[in-house]
Amino acid sequence: MTDSLRRDPRSEWIARNRLHPLHASMQPLEASWVGPSGLIRKNPHVLGFAGPNGLKRIDRSGAQQGGSRQRARVDAAVQLPLHIIEQPAFHIVVVPDMVGGRLSSHDKDLFGLANTLAGSEGAVVAVVFGEHKESAFDTAGIDRLLHISSEAVAGYSPEQRVMMLRAVDAQLAPRHWLIPDSRTGGGELGRRLAAKLGERPATRVWQMADGQCIGRAGAGQQDLARTAPRLVLAAAECADPVGDTRHEVRAIELEDVLVHGAARLDNRGAVAVDPALTPMAEAEFILSGGNGVRDWDLFHQAARELGATEGASRVAVDDGFMPRDRQVGATGTWVTARVYLAVGISGAVQHLQGIATCDKVVAINQDAGCDMVKRADLAVIGDSTAILQALIDRVDALRQGGIRDAA
Amino acid sequence: MPHNLLNVITLVSVGAHPVTGRARRAEQDARAVELGLRLAGKELQLLHAGDPQVEALRAYLGMGLAEMTVLQQPPRADVVPALGDYLRDAGAQLVLTGSQAEVGEGSGMLPYLLAEQLDWPLVVGLAEVESVTEGVAQVLQALPRGQRRRLQVRLPFVASVDNAAPEARQSAFGPARRGQLRPQDVAVVEDMLLEEARLQPARPRPKRLKVIKAKTGAERMKAATAKASAGGQVLTDMTPEQGAEAIVTLLRDEKVLR
Repeated sequence: MTDSLRRDPRSEWIARNRLHPLHASMQPLEASWVGPSGLIRKNPHVLGFAGPNGLKRIDRSGAQQGGSRQRARVDAAVQLPLHIIEQPAFHIVVVPDMVGGRLSSHDKDLFGLANTLAGSEGAVVAVVFGEHKESAFDTAGIDRLLHISSEAVAGYSPEQRVMMLRAVDAQLAPRHWLIPDSRTGGGELGRRLAAKLGERPATRVWQMADGQCIGRAGAGQQDLARTAPRLVLAAAECADPVGDTRHEVRAIELEDVLVHGAARLDNRGAVAVDPALTPMAEAEFILSGGNGVRDWDLFHQAARELGATEGASRVAVDDGFMPRDRQVGATGTWVTARVYLAVGISGAVQHLQGIATCDKVVAINQDAGCDMVKRADLAVIGDSTAILQALIDRVDALRQGGIRDAA
Repeated sequence: MPHNLLNVITLVSVGAHPVTGRARRAEQDARAVELGLRLAGKELQLLHAGDPQVEALRAYLGMGLAEMTVLQQPPRADVVPALGDYLRDAGAQLVLTGSQAEVGEGSGMLPYLLAEQLDWPLVVGLAEVESVTEGVAQVLQALPRGQRRRLQVRLPFVASVDNAAPEARQSAFGPARRGQLRPQDVAVVEDMLLEEARLQPARPRPKRLKVIKAKTGAERMKAATAKASAGGQVLTDMTPEQGAEAIVTLLRDEKVLR
């Protein structure tokens, strides 16, 4: 759809023809006019638009015209201006973590920082290892993309990746290397690269401007302010992500790739861990029980069956069904789980604070009006014992089926 | 334990209490000592580069060790060359460190620089040594969210431990007093960083604000009044089986059901 307004000859004809049955609906509705006695009359019904909550809102900035219903435009997705760097004066290289194959918010912050450093002359280069699922490299602020998808750098392969990055360093001679100082790979890769290149990095940097950078030092009680080195390991929220430009994401290739030397670290794959031993603050999947749980043996069985770490609300802990160190909430542990399955928890404010950073919350509850159900992404209303039993049976059947499929 | 023949050196540093700032044994270094004690028992060697007069070092001896080697270094010296020279001749098969110091720069670069200087492999976030056979160690590496990865690495190697390593045992007062700190004179390399950089009390970082890039009043109003998240799906009047099916579908979409 184009944005240009087009004439509609038929509706114009109807608007002229007073005998046409649709004539009245084609007349522009006046929002205000001078009445017979000289007073200004207003029709509030034709003004405004329905707001996000269904309330009527009136925009007085003048952008909206009353009675323009026939001409309502479809808002097309706004095309951001394209930022083109034809001949970069220098390069800023970013190595994003790509957790789960996508740019994390930490990565996007780094690209924002890289774009402020690059200005209008430099080019921001992203080095991406292995397969990825990201489709929004352009709005993240990437001018050049170096995608290395060779066999050697798949999976956990820090030594080979450092070799590749050293080749990148020789080819582009970047003004700055920016690497996320994260536990999901960037912190390790950046420090390995620093040791290999013989650069002294600035670590945990949270502010970088005018050739100076400030990063946390020691155990976080002090800051270290110094001139910005070539290699910077930046913390999350070190800068604002790019928001108002598109970048061209031109692919570049790595010349003369040579991966020599056998890997000294041999990756034997992930190990199954017992979810009961995972600290609750960093567990990925928590099954939490509260006052609505009647059968605690069934609850423990469900946790084992689902492979979830157990949690509890304060009521369950106070009543002695769960140990104190399993309490979730403001007075217990603040959890960061990706999936939080709450059984029979009504959702006190203190409990909801404790699960504020959880991505997906599932509630099983009798009461459809409680706060936990309002917070939940999926709520199942019903008897907790019956639903837990059904859940165990379903997962059991799934596991059996899986084994049969594999065999 | 089958690791009694393993020659382990743990590097220790002086930490700082997070509240009072008093010198203490560093948390992660103490975990590294604990891991070393489990691997090598009383044969574990402790190594520190710095001032041998610091009393906090004795807390490591109180974990059940008789002596500690201290490479004498002034404050603000670069300890990596001295440690590297010592370790090259010490015949260690495994060098354990914490992942970052609690005072000073705390960049966490030391294990990486040592591994580079010695040309040994480096394991980051060592959680457990499972077995050692014919000079190849099978170890578990700690990943975020309590996950583990199994790695095979040839001896000798450097390993850093983080908070996933076993918790350190208590330090006993008597052994801590009786233990010996053995100072050694080594060459001093000056660290040039603090010539130009300065340490300052940590500034609290500003909270990121939600920036609204609206051009019209309508968009601003929409951004101000819209709820952060619309409520989720509520399933009422279902059989338990249907409810369980919906939950299992969500768990499988999120890939938490293994």
